[in-house]
Amino acid sequence: MDSLIHEYEPKIRDAADLDALEAMRVALLGKSGVITEQLKALGKLAPDERKARGEQVNIAKVRLQDAIASRRAALEAAALEARLAAERIDVTMPGRHVDPGVAHPVSRTIERMVSIFSRMGYAVADGPEIEDDEHNFEALNFPPHHPARAMHDTFYFPDGRLLRTHTSPVQVRYMRDHRPPLRMLAIGKVYRSDSDQTHSPMFHQMEGLVVDETANFAELKGTLAQFVRAFFERDFEMQFRPSYFPFTEPSCEVDIRWERADGSKAWLEVLGGGMVHPNVLRACNIDPERYTGYAFGLGIERFAMLRYGVSDLRAFYDNDLRFLRQFA
Amino acid sequence: MKFSDNWLRSLVRIDADRATLCRRLTMAGLEVEGVEVLGEGLGGVVVGEIVSAERHPHADKLQVCRVSTGQGEPLQIVCGAPNARVGLKAPLATIGATLPNGMAIRQAALRGVESHGMLCSAKELALDGDAAGLLELPADAPVGAPLSQWLGLPDAAIEIKLTPNRPDCLGMAGLAAEVATLFDAARVAWDEAPAATTSQAARAVRIASPADCPRYLGRVVEGIDPAAPTPVWMAERLRRAGVRPISAVVDCTNYVMLELGQPMHAFDHDRLRGGVVVRRAAPGESAKLLDEREVALDPGFLVIADDGGPVAVAGVMGGWDSRVTDATRSVFLEAAHFAPAAIIGRARRLGLHTDASHRFERGVDPGLPRRALERLTQLLLSIVGGQAGPVVAAEHPEALPPTPTIRLRAARLARVLGMDVPRERVGAILAGLGMRVTADADGWTVQPPSARFDIAIEEDLIEEVVRVHGYEQVPVRIPTALLQVETVTETRVEASALRRALVARGYAECIDFAFVPAGTLADWGLADGAVALANPLSADLAVMRTALLPGLVEAARRNLARQQARLRLFEFGRVFHAATTAGAGPIERDRLAGVVLGRAVAEHWDSGKRAADFFDLKGDVEALLALAAADDVQFVAGGPAWLHPGRSATVLRSGSPVGWVGVLHPRLQALLDLGHDPLVFELDLDPLCRRSVPRANDLSRFPSVRRDIAMVLPQGVAWAAVEACARQAAGPALRALHLFDEYIGTGLKPDTRSLAIGLILQDDSRTLTDADADAAVGAVVAALGRDFAAVLRS
Repeated sequence: MDSLIHEYEPKIRDAADLDALEAMRVALLGKSGVITEQLKALGKLAPDERKARGEQVNIAKVRLQDAIASRRAALEAAALEARLAAERIDVTMPGRHVDPGVAHPVSRTIERMVSIFSRMGYAVADGPEIEDDEHNFEALNFPPHHPARAMHDTFYFPDGRLLRTHTSPVQVRYMRDHRPPLRMLAIGKVYRSDSDQTHSPMFHQMEGLVVDETANFAELKGTLAQFVRAFFERDFEMQFRPSYFPFTEPSCEVDIRWERADGSKAWLEVLGGGMVHPNVLRACNIDPERYTGYAFGLGIERFAMLRYGVSDLRAFYDNDLRFLRQFA
Repeated sequence: MKFSDNWLRSLVRIDADRATLCRRLTMAGLEVEGVEVLGEGLGGVVVGEIVSAERHPHADKLQVCRVSTGQGEPLQIVCGAPNARVGLKAPLATIGATLPNGMAIRQAALRGVESHGMLCSAKELALDGDAAGLLELPADAPVGAPLSQWLGLPDAAIEIKLTPNRPDCLGMAGLAAEVATLFDAARVAWDEAPAATTSQAARAVRIASPADCPRYLGRVVEGIDPAAPTPVWMAERLRRAGVRPISAVVDCTNYVMLELGQPMHAFDHDRLRGGVVVRRAAPGESAKLLDEREVALDPGFLVIADDGGPVAVAGVMGGWDSRVTDATRSVFLEAAHFAPAAIIGRARRLGLHTDASHRFERGVDPGLPRRALERLTQLLLSIVGGQAGPVVAAEHPEALPPTPTIRLRAARLARVLGMDVPRERVGAILAGLGMRVTADADGWTVQPPSARFDIAIEEDLIEEVVRVHGYEQVPVRIPTALLQVETVTETRVEASALRRALVARGYAECIDFAFVPAGTLADWGLADGAVALANPLSADLAVMRTALLPGLVEAARRNLARQQARLRLFEFGRVFHAATTAGAGPIERDRLAGVVLGRAVAEHWDSGKRAADFFDLKGDVEALLALAAADDVQFVAGGPAWLHPGRSATVLRSGSPVGWVGVLHPRLQALLDLGHDPLVFELDLDPLCRRSVPRANDLSRFPSVRRDIAMVLPQGVAWAAVEACARQAAGPALRALHLFDEYIGTGLKPDTRSLAIGLILQDDSRTLTDADADAAVGAVVAALGRDFAAVLRS
């Protein structure tokens, strides 16, 4: 049996591939393999001889089986190595993807503002962009021909209707449809017949309104301070200045202390607001003795320009993909 | 409102520096918009008088002047100004002076002639932009006096942005009162002694429309010197207030307007005929105004008229014929109170905006006319001389605006502000603003001064208190509120979800103006029902859009021109159509539109270069509809005229059209010079966003079976019809149906196509047998054969 081992062990070790190895396994251990035949022949031997011979055959069988298993493992490992090497790709090449699009920076800013005020419990409302004089001016305490109207360069239609000059008419509609306590956010396009580097005939406003039994000026200040902080993700020095809007009293304009690119600081006006004028509450069938309210408004583009460093207002309506893609 | 800082300080005693003054004004609601510093760095500049002028021996454009400074010998000055002449008084910068522009004055030779200083223009002294010649000083300028001292310099012209509610600050007296309150400072009174009446000359005045003009005062001043110059102090104050000096009489009326806030007018007394009457214009009347325009009037206008007709549009502008000229010897002075309602909008109708209309529209103190008339008389007599006649007044006190009595409750003040203002502070603020205040246990009873038209209700007083007390004193308080949660709807797809879906599919969002050129809508065949603006900014922004695509395709065109080859753009926006019922407002609809141009997928080393086609776009639209879980959508062949008739579809939801998808019509592509085949869609947002709340069913425990069939059908039978028929025929076990192939060509008859359909069948209560599946497939084949002459492909 030793000769068998000596003969086959090197052959097994040198088997070139798995097929050759398998042929060898069949020749040795297959149904009519050499070892198998030896084992079959044991039955013909005398019992004492059979035992000794059986041990020898079994030793040979185990050794050759081990040799085959070990060679097989080696060949399989090599085959896997070869396959892996063959399957190597350049993983640095670009993947297949849909080129991402982009939301407009004005939309991005609006969604951000809605998200902030939603957390404060404001409901979003909307109204028509073509308004009548009553909603855009009169109900907001602008009498006909009032000089305050001159602050709104208005686009008119031949029938006397107009393009809303602010989102405030939505306040009026909302107050007439809802009972206090209410907290509302109106966002949308507004129009003024004015066009230059810092004025666009169409732009976006956001307006907030709170009416309840406890609304006061200190809370208006608190609301705006929180909003500015939430929006810019930082604290600002802020100042509230008296101003005049027909639909609020007292009225304020709000400046933030803004650091310019060159490091200098300046007060920048970013918001207007005030306590809702009793005439406006009355025009909306709300009792100003029982309820007080505050309202505030801002230009979306202004905030987008400050937040994202946009230097030219007109870029928002030019729809240049090179500009838009920066907001991806 | 622009004013001289020095003038203000002559009326109120404040120590604050200019920056502090400006800041305090801004923080009190009188926002300082600009400060123009004047006359700094004029040391060494004196009033000089040219006593001789000769041509420079070596230069045509230069003169050699001898300029007196009042002491010693006149100085030799070489000067190139065209207006340098003997007798002229002009600023002289002497040796050693440094001008505001940094120029140091040294003795120098100009073309060989020594010059001992420099005669200056207004620009060189930073007083004005005028560089055309020497600043001409009046004949009474004291030779040798320091220029800055004589002109009242240095000074600053401060411009404040007055809100429409503060006409009381359109005069220096009102502004000084405000500043006195803000700084708790004393005001300086000036001599307001009435002028002596030394003439009997008078003109009758009558008010025919008392509600429009409750008070009209007139006075004649005879024998004036029309050539008398305006004193420099007055001219300088006017100039620094942005008012150009014209003539002594006109300057005096303007000065009183700036000083007190009362617009005044002076007529040439000798050019008026008969008494003057304040009345509404008659239909068809007209007037030639000071700007030399003949304007048509109607009863909407209030006029001052004499026997010959209107001589002024009240509160707006005087008439041409009765204007004061250099021949005027007697003037008729007017000081009136016109009600804001009688003036508002009138100047605008005439295409005017005047200092007078600006003030009367906002409201002028009705107590001012007599005081202003006396002040004007006093100034005129001292400047142009003459004899003043008696004041003739027409007054209707019952028509004057009533002085309201307003209750300010301490509790209301605290409630609105969210803070307590000390009671004595409240009283002091209101009293300081000229109000009559009576304090009691619960608050104050207040009568505002007649100048404060804006103060009518309690909130007005609250604003005054907090404005002067300081907005910075109000605490910043986090709001408290009853937490009331609105229902959160799940039956609408939010626009933000549609936006995210489009962005994820590679679309960039655009925002276009809502107004477009009328011609663009006509090109698209979308002009029907369009609403045009009455006062557009330009023809390009004249008509409200009736669809988003014209603007969006234009945006695509601009981007193509910027070398952007692959475009996917979308826009959310509103479109406008004229009302279909009389009296109703235009119909507004929110829409969503998109444009696709270029390759289906971005350039990539392993992706094809196929151009995007209809089915790419339809897939995007279907993805949007999928957000609405819409099972009631149909795409029906055909669409509006701006789409390719064979490559367009109308999208129906529950049978109603909600939009279109397709290839832009080749005619429009050519017209718009696009050079590409844009794929476009435009959808109404409202039906697109409608969805229902998901409802879960128990899942079947039994396996599903799939059967595939290929049916040969005549061309022209729409897949949608095939699908509907197959779904109907397959019976209740059908779970899904897929079109997995289309074949046209070899092996098929011309004008036919083969559609390969996969049927997924499943039952909730048992495992389907082969016989069950065969029956379903058989039914489908039979139905398609019956309805469309379809045959099973062998």
